[in-house]
Amino acid sequence: MKTMTMAEAIAQFVSNGDTLVIEGFTHLICFAAGHEIIRQGKKHLTVCRLTPDLIYDQMIAAGCVDKLVFSWAGNPGVGPLNALRRAVEQGVPHPLALEEYSHFGMVSRFAAGAAHLPFMPLEDYAGSDLPEVNPQIRTVECPFTGKQLAAVPALNPDVTIIHAQRADKEGNTQVWGLLGVQKEACFAAKKVIVVVEELVDTATIRKDPNRTLIPGMIVDAVVVEPFGAHPSFAQGYYDRDNAFYKDYAEISKDTASMQAYLDEWVYGVPDRATYCQKLGPNLDKLLAKQQLCEAVNYGY
Amino acid sequence: MVTKTRCTLKELMIASASNELREGEVVFVGIGLPNVACNLAVRTHALNLTMIYESGAVGTRPERLPISIGDPALVTSSLSICSMFDVFNYYLQGGRIDVGFLGGAQVDRYGNINSTVIGDYEHPKVRLPGSGGACEIAVHAKRLMIVTPQSLRAFPEQVDFVTSPGFLQGNHSRQKLGIPGAGPQVVITDKGIYRPCPETQELMLVSIHPGIGLDEVRDTLGWAVRVASDCSVTPEPDEAVLQVLREKLGSF
Repeated sequence: MKTMTMAEAIAQFVSNGDTLVIEGFTHLICFAAGHEIIRQGKKHLTVCRLTPDLIYDQMIAAGCVDKLVFSWAGNPGVGPLNALRRAVEQGVPHPLALEEYSHFGMVSRFAAGAAHLPFMPLEDYAGSDLPEVNPQIRTVECPFTGKQLAAVPALNPDVTIIHAQRADKEGNTQVWGLLGVQKEACFAAKKVIVVVEELVDTATIRKDPNRTLIPGMIVDAVVVEPFGAHPSFAQGYYDRDNAFYKDYAEISKDTASMQAYLDEWVYGVPDRATYCQKLGPNLDKLLAKQQLCEAVNYGY
Repeated sequence: MVTKTRCTLKELMIASASNELREGEVVFVGIGLPNVACNLAVRTHALNLTMIYESGAVGTRPERLPISIGDPALVTSSLSICSMFDVFNYYLQGGRIDVGFLGGAQVDRYGNINSTVIGDYEHPKVRLPGSGGACEIAVHAKRLMIVTPQSLRAFPEQVDFVTSPGFLQGNHSRQKLGIPGAGPQVVITDKGIYRPCPETQELMLVSIHPGIGLDEVRDTLGWAVRVASDCSVTPEPDEAVLQVLREKLGSF
């Protein structure tokens, strides 16, 4: 049985200096894990994500991060990530190294890592200045046609954390809605923590195996954490808290306001359940309406 | 000259961009104005447009205008939801995308796009979000459309950083590199519409928006723009199109 609390999972599997991935493209971003990493004061992390989003911004503000590997850094539709910008422009709270790709480059890095290949070729970056500022983006000649292709190195994180709708206690994890790059990021990692809205019986998983994105065989810890993705969303459970994403521009505008947020909503709560109680009715407003699909027949 | 227009310049940009999309095409949708224009097209003249978002939503028909490219409303009406590995490998690199549709902080005279930094990369004046999927969309889409507001800062002669390749230095330099997609075929701003010159690939003014003077166009471009001999005034959208835009997608 792999179930444990978030505090136990982070203490056991995330170490100072690790290369860490919390994946989820807009959907299923595990803020609960990021907050626990901040509470436990993890340091010197190299964090990788296609879109750092608010969660890495908060981890940067809290001083957990030495290096960021990414492909699009912003608060979608709102503006820049302010803590990230302070770290890059002013070295606050300490300097931050950047390693930058495009989305396709990051996806390819995870795919190479997952397939245990040293690199992944892709047709990309011709004419772009990205390879000039990132020496990790190189070219390789196709041994069959002689064609020049871009190549990016495998990314094999020490730990990948994903959020999902449901899993059994062995970590067989089912996801629906936007799938992002979670499968590749998990298969590429040395350790995998899966955080879910609901724990279900293995029988439930076996009834609908096509929906299983991550098999339990690669999962080390299962954390049951309802609303663990808020202010991101979980399809079928709750909507994205777009108002919070908008408010975050103000929350993160300077170090004092950012610190006040962390003090109240991260350091000031022992766990996600307390965070949810504190949000109270604001969370209820986000609850998903029901939209069921038709069942399929798996019989033979 | 002041012309009374029925719509705002932003609405005109959106409607003009929507007009460029043809029925039955497959479009890779970027966030911001491209998102609005594509959602207008499927509600007006291109009912069978296939919209693909980099989040993995394929053939979606969102009932509300998606706030981000990963909006849950994209999922609930899609023909398929696939992983981002599939989106970039099979759909984009696989050559299935007719139109890529991007915005960008800076666009230059050859349609190169910068969404990375203003100023020097190591010590930027402004750090922008970065490529996201823009670089590969600019590389692979069979044709590229760019929609972005025009200002001297946003339209320099040469971008500070090429995030996403347009025609590079012009004179077929893009083609010579063997980049699969044909590059930017139209750039739509709040002043006018530009298309690449067939010989040099430099952007040429082909249409000017009602109420905008040529001086205003020239004052907000970082190079001496060529004006096409048949340069016309951008037609305003029909009342019916404006009604769909305002009622279904919001005020712009």
